[in-house]
Amino acid sequence: MARVVVNVPASAKRGEVIEIRTLAGHVMESGFRRTERGELMPRDIITRFSCSYNGVEVFSADLYPAMAANPLITFTTVATESGTLEFKWTGDNGYAVTQSAPITVV
Amino acid sequence: MTTRRDFLILACGATAAAGAPGLAAAQLAPNIAAQRKAALEEAIRKSTGGAEVKKGKVTLEVPPLIDNGNSVPITVKVDSPMTREDHVKAIHLFTEKNPQPYIMNAQLGPRSGRAALTTRARIADSGRVIAIAQMSDGSFWSETTSVVVTLSACLEDGLI
Repeated sequence: MARVVVNVPASAKRGEVIEIRTLAGHVMESGFRRTERGELMPRDIITRFSCSYNGVEVFSADLYPAMAANPLITFTTVATESGTLEFKWTGDNGYAVTQSAPITVV
Repeated sequence: MTTRRDFLILACGATAAAGAPGLAAAQLAPNIAAQRKAALEEAIRKSTGGAEVKKGKVTLEVPPLIDNGNSVPITVKVDSPMTREDHVKAIHLFTEKNPQPYIMNAQLGPRSGRAALTTRARIADSGRVIAIAQMSDGSFWSETTSVVVTLSACLEDGLI
């Protein structure tokens, strides 16, 4: 149900700056909309995203209701060594998803 | 044209809300523009700790005319060598006229390689988008762009 997509280059040269694109399937209900009966719809968003490279956090972000639905986050990191990149999204109502991607550094 | 169904929904809603404080709260406050401005200034102060924010170093790419405020691509780049001694620690993104001013706070470091990020935001109304970069030496740099939104996000409550 909770679907996420990450795009990491499969291999990179040592020291190269690689671009990582991530997308999480989530409604990001802002908590400011009302139903046709006038009741506020409760907030339901992803509040935090982080990326670890072989266990070391290289990027993280706090997200707020002003993020669009299905939050896209694109960032860069330096390819230092072969290993895995771990991505983690956490949010309201116990939302927690992890995804990992391997990378080979030559 | 009001259909029978719409009328019934409205009538039921009105009955349920009559006497409830929710109805009054649904109206926009008269001084909402001032409140939003104060909220934005408060949010910026919270992020910077009251430090001086200088113009420059930051590039903010937002389409100047947005036909749908629900998904607005925003790219931020900061002019920095991203070395251990001199790098961008954080990028803060704000909008002027949303119910809450924050979009995102991103934490970067020397392992980022480049200080660049792209995301998509909701923007409620025509106004400014502000990006503030926090450097490793403690200085803050910012860039502001004005955008025009024709179809706003948070339409029900968000307009000024």
